[in-house]
Amino acid sequence: MSNAPQLIGSSGDSLREAFGKALVGLADEFPNLVVLDADVAGGTGAHNFRTAHGHRFYQFGIAEQNMVAAAGGMAATGLIPVVTTFAVFALRALEQARLSVAYANRNVKIVASHPGLDVGPDGASAQCLEDLAAFRAIPNMTVISPADQIETELATRAMIEHVGPVYMRTGRSPTPRIFGSEHTFKIGKGQIVRDGTDVTIVACGVQVARSLDAATLLNGEGISARVVNMATIKPLDHDLLQRCAIETGCMVTAEDHNMFGGLGGAVAESLVQRSPCPVEFIAVNDRFGQSGEPDELVQHYNLGITHIADAARRAIKRK
Amino acid sequence: MTTSPSHPDLRETARLIRCHSIASIYVATSGHPGGALSAADLLAYLYSAEIGDEEPRDGDLTRNRFILSKGHACPALYAALAVKGQISPTDPLQLRKLGSTMQGHPHVGALPHVETSTGSLGQGFSAALGMALGIRHQGGSGRVYVMLGDGEMQEGEVWEAAQCAAHYKLDKLTAILDYNKMQSDDLNENIIGLEPLADKWRAFGWHVVEIDGHDFAAIEAAVAEAKRTTGKPTLILAHTLKGKGVSFMENYPTWHGSVTMSLDDTEKSLIDLGVAQSDVPGWLDGTIHGGHTQ
Ligand SMILES: Cc1ncc(C[n+]2csc(CCOP(=O)(O)OP(=O)(O)O)c2C)c(N)n1
Repeated sequence: MSNAPQLIGSSGDSLREAFGKALVGLADEFPNLVVLDADVAGGTGAHNFRTAHGHRFYQFGIAEQNMVAAAGGMAATGLIPVVTTFAVFALRALEQARLSVAYANRNVKIVASHPGLDVGPDGASAQCLEDLAAFRAIPNMTVISPADQIETELATRAMIEHVGPVYMRTGRSPTPRIFGSEHTFKIGKGQIVRDGTDVTIVACGVQVARSLDAATLLNGEGISARVVNMATIKPLDHDLLQRCAIETGCMVTAEDHNMFGGLGGAVAESLVQRSPCPVEFIAVNDRFGQSGEPDELVQHYNLGITHIADAARRAIKRK
Repeated sequence: MTTSPSHPDLRETARLIRCHSIASIYVATSGHPGGALSAADLLAYLYSAEIGDEEPRDGDLTRNRFILSKGHACPALYAALAVKGQISPTDPLQLRKLGSTMQGHPHVGALPHVETSTGSLGQGFSAALGMALGIRHQGGSGRVYVMLGDGEMQEGEVWEAAQCAAHYKLDKLTAILDYNKMQSDDLNENIIGLEPLADKWRAFGWHVVEIDGHDFAAIEAAVAEAKRTTGKPTLILAHTLKGKGVSFMENYPTWHGSVTMSLDDTEKSLIDLGVAQSDVPGWLDGTIHGGHTQ
């Protein structure tokens, strides 16, 4: 925990590349790990694994439903299949993830790159603003959305060590470094990455870095904002949320996802049952995306730093 | 119909599978009899000759596996397990009951003898392909059998899996088509026609064997041919009769399900199948009638 924003800079890799490299590093330790791709390995980071361990890389072609259900079958022989595709195409195999992975309780990891508006110019057909809601609604499914490269590496390991179905969202654009090498990741645990007393901003994925910047902005106005990195959407860290609700009295959630059913929905569900407080949502307001550069889209759909800061002021007023 | 020289009891096994299936659907007051009866002879053969008694364990790569992709026909699967003695003879009477291992569609989490959960058509085939791939990846010798329905073949995922299995030359994967020409609402040809089906599978890179799915000698020969075939997966295209064995169900799509069987329907079915009520576990001791809400 620190009182200063920890942004290390925006140089590094995208989360998808961090995931791909982390996976290669885990190959020796987990000899049963195999990687499945649907003709997008260049985009998901899985190409790293294909290059390093070709005999453990299975190409399924553009056939995501078969790939996900087949991963369930592969897991039923003792393998740990890591299914990689773009988030929106993982959604296409949602029912396979439900029946052949989660209901059968198979040790399959579904790792989806290209989530949210961050996909950019490809437009709405390639963007995915529904995955957190959809996968979160499936029993047995763990849902993770790491915030930077370091956390993606740690989350990749944690996901493989965890026995059971996992959905993990990576990201397309290069993402600011937030954490140093001392960072830890535990499934089901959020962390306070910047402390504050007036409002808590709970964020996941690419929105954590923006939330930290928003907290800096607010600080200039004398508003003390706490930022929580909630990398596990399910199971959610209810204890931390309850503590933050009590200590700061209001909240903002920030995610690159539709307003309904994602991180914001999960946080709201948790708070109304444990410690109700005003909550403002930073998310796409139940609209489809469109073509544009990620930064332009972030502004257009009100996901930016100033939007988060505005939401924090609104939340504080509602206390 | 001829029986198989190496498995003389198949006719009786199949008859018992049919009788357990009917009794369990009667007690459950719902279920799909038509497709269970059409598959009974194929299941009788597979569970007698190909599927062993081993405890189903993920890491065991030598045992053969069977996946019922047309999961709605599970009364026949549960019946096959009961006849084989892998579950108790009265277990199938728990079909569709709260907390039961005999879920309305097969669920591995409820009954480990079920290799994976099915019921959403198309998925069991992909899961079976994944198992065949996983077994081969780890150097195992087990074979994977998967049964598909004809209506199920309208599902795009089936063709995704067919391409994939051929691409990977999964010759230890054998798909069995219970080709009863009917699906839920009507005949296949009135819903979405499937023919020329054998040609389609051949074009997708599969070895195809076409048989009468109620002829045990033919079933045995087809399975033997599948085992001899290398470099490609085999489809056993088994022509069957929906509702086979129960005169008033044979070839009537209305008996696809999910139907409630009256006591009268059930008694008539048992007579057709040549089964005395006393042969049905639980019939005389009240288990059956106790569970049935009439
Ligand atoms: C994906 C999917 N769509 C629809 C259904 C509903 N459904 C259950 S059985 C059935 C007909 C299946 O016909 P077929 O595969 O020919 O089976 P059979 O005739 O052998 O019973 C349908 C449409 C389903 N279970 N799964």
